[in-house]
Amino acid sequence: MADGEPAATGTRSSLRVARVLVRGFALHLKMMMRSSFDGLLGVLWPLFFATIAFLMFRAGAGGESLVFASFGAAVMGIWSSTSTSAGSAMQRERWHGTLELLVSAPVHFATVLLPVTVAMSAMGLYSMVATLLLSRYVFGVDLPFEHPVAFGFAVVSAVVSIGAMGFLLAVSFVRYRTAWALGNLLEYPVWLIAGFLVPLTLLPGWVRPISWLLAPTWGVDAIRDAASGGNAWPEIALALALGTVYLGIGIAVLETVLASARRAGSLALA
Amino acid sequence: MTSLRIFFVGGLISFRALFSFLRPEIYIPSMLVAPIFQILLFVYIGRSAGLESDEFFVIGNAVQYAAIPCLFAMTFTIGGERFQHTLGYILVSPAPRLPLFLGRALPVVVNGFFVAAFSLVVGGLIVGIHVPASSFAPLALATLICAFSCTGLGLTGAGIGLLMRE
Repeated sequence: MADGEPAATGTRSSLRVARVLVRGFALHLKMMMRSSFDGLLGVLWPLFFATIAFLMFRAGAGGESLVFASFGAAVMGIWSSTSTSAGSAMQRERWHGTLELLVSAPVHFATVLLPVTVAMSAMGLYSMVATLLLSRYVFGVDLPFEHPVAFGFAVVSAVVSIGAMGFLLAVSFVRYRTAWALGNLLEYPVWLIAGFLVPLTLLPGWVRPISWLLAPTWGVDAIRDAASGGNAWPEIALALALGTVYLGIGIAVLETVLASARRAGSLALA
Repeated sequence: MTSLRIFFVGGLISFRALFSFLRPEIYIPSMLVAPIFQILLFVYIGRSAGLESDEFFVIGNAVQYAAIPCLFAMTFTIGGERFQHTLGYILVSPAPRLPLFLGRALPVVVNGFFVAAFSLVVGGLIVGIHVPASSFAPLALATLICAFSCTGLGLTGAGIGLLMRE
């Protein structure tokens, strides 16, 4: 009985964390889906760029490069919906006056914040589906889906790892009052460096190690490999591993921020 | 004289008060760094697709980036009044409407032109394009016209923004 109690407590604690993660994800996804800004613009904005890219590749290289661009453009939306919103995720809670309540909740604040940023990246799935439909039915690109199961896992790994990256951005920019501007700034560089539309071999050699540290690089590679019949599982594992690293660093940064806030006696200025 | 003062002085004060991008921590990433990355993105897409020259994408994207500050700024300088609950005071003031609202557009056009020129020069230097000296004046004129027309479009957007929440 005495041995069983800690195990039971651990199970209850794990279930509570899982419940907070799932409920938080569902709640924030619902809230974002109610916003015409997050929904409509989230779909339209990457579609503009995807259309330009399709027109350019069709006029230029064509063929396989259009398939390459289609999957890259599809993931662009996931990154866009995360980078532009995650930077100011904590700031938004401040504006709403809910930051103190969330921090004082009887669960770790990371379990409250992570579902918010994963929900942001999941919103990008709207854009992903829209972009793939655009490339198939408007531009007539014959998109392969050789390994549907691996493709599904690749999409999930991309969403989760990009969401974890958003979590890291959210906690890193917490002291920066205009964090949304930094989030916006990261949109184009990651589109470029992660190889969404441009093969990494075209970029200068010093850029490649940076791209290897970005989860979107492996996420989009996994999606392309799964679609074209390659082995996507190593890229899926790398994307998830990087997501876990972002999460670990994010929790460490969050602990520092919260400790600083406790010392200062104020979360509003933390 | 009053109309001129409202146009120039009032326009500048409104622009400084309502265009929140003017703070360096927002202006530098949004208006100076982001266009450079957009230029690089399209230059590399162009190279990947084997399409056009680097000059084509640098000049095109730099001139296009005049649109961003002009569209956003006009929305902020008009729609911002509503968020700050000062729109009612503006509308009931005896100031003539035309210089009141058009005066806000002049700093926006100047800012849009500056952003485009900065993007063109810095983007051109990074990518290493050659623009002949004889093209400078027509390029500047085209950029100015683009900034002016996008400001007009931004003014229209601001009008719509008075009716829509987002």
